[in-house]
Amino acid sequence: MVQKEYAGKVIELDDNGYFTNPDQWTKEMAKEMAKENGEELTDKHFEVLEFIRKKIKSGESLTIRSIGKSGITDIKGFYKLFPGAPLKKATLYAGVSKPSSCV
Amino acid sequence: MAEEVKHPLKKVLMICAKGSLEDVLATLVMANGAVMEGIETKVFFTFFGLDGITKKRMNKLHTAAVGNPAMRMPGGLPFPTWLGSIPGVEAGVSAMMKKQIEDLDIPRIDEFLEMIVAGGGEIFACKLAVDMFKLKREDLVDEVKNIITIGEFYEMADGLQTQIIFT
Repeated sequence: MVQKEYAGKVIELDDNGYFTNPDQWTKEMAKEMAKENGEELTDKHFEVLEFIRKKIKSGESLTIRSIGKSGITDIKGFYKLFPGAPLKKATLYAGVSKPSSCV
Repeated sequence: MAEEVKHPLKKVLMICAKGSLEDVLATLVMANGAVMEGIETKVFFTFFGLDGITKKRMNKLHTAAVGNPAMRMPGGLPFPTWLGSIPGVEAGVSAMMKKQIEDLDIPRIDEFLEMIVAGGGEIFACKLAVDMFKLKREDLVDEVKNIITIGEFYEMADGLQTQIIFT
């Protein structure tokens, strides 16, 4: 367990840097996390992050496929929004736990 | 002691040479998983694996009900080989596999290939096998980037932290 300050608040993170309590998350924190990677979050990014948070909260499984079917962006767009490892990055910024899905 | 320096995988090349449902899916799950991790991914389909990228066949792949010692009945009892030889049993087994796969939100083969390409992965068909099965470019899905030789595929395994996986 690690502690880190985001948007003036001390947040508990797991060993991989993911929030242990999603309720602590704010948009400001996401922006700061992205900034650490030299990235700027747009409204589109936040739409995806909110979608992820909703999915996780309702206990549904989160897959890259479900994001592609969300109506917010297609899979190609998702890779563009969060370059590299999109699902890992998006869940990190969304303040939820690390994805456990293989697809 | 000095800290261990890690060299994470940067590029992965996969070869799919078998055409049963689970063989093709295993390749696609691993390929898509690599793409999702931001690893450069290239997949080479050869021999019966070509069924996985052939328009007419890709969504009709079967699981072998005969000669599959790992096969079990629902409930875990052994699945006798003679049972698999009865007409319709293999289709039933395959339908059941497809249902269970769908429940895990694993896409159909065609959609899976789309996902891999959307994420920047590349799909190739083996020239030798394409010639052998008398296939044409238009028989293969649009996601196939090119029909190439194995030599050309190996050439892509340049650079450090690259692995080739045969499934």
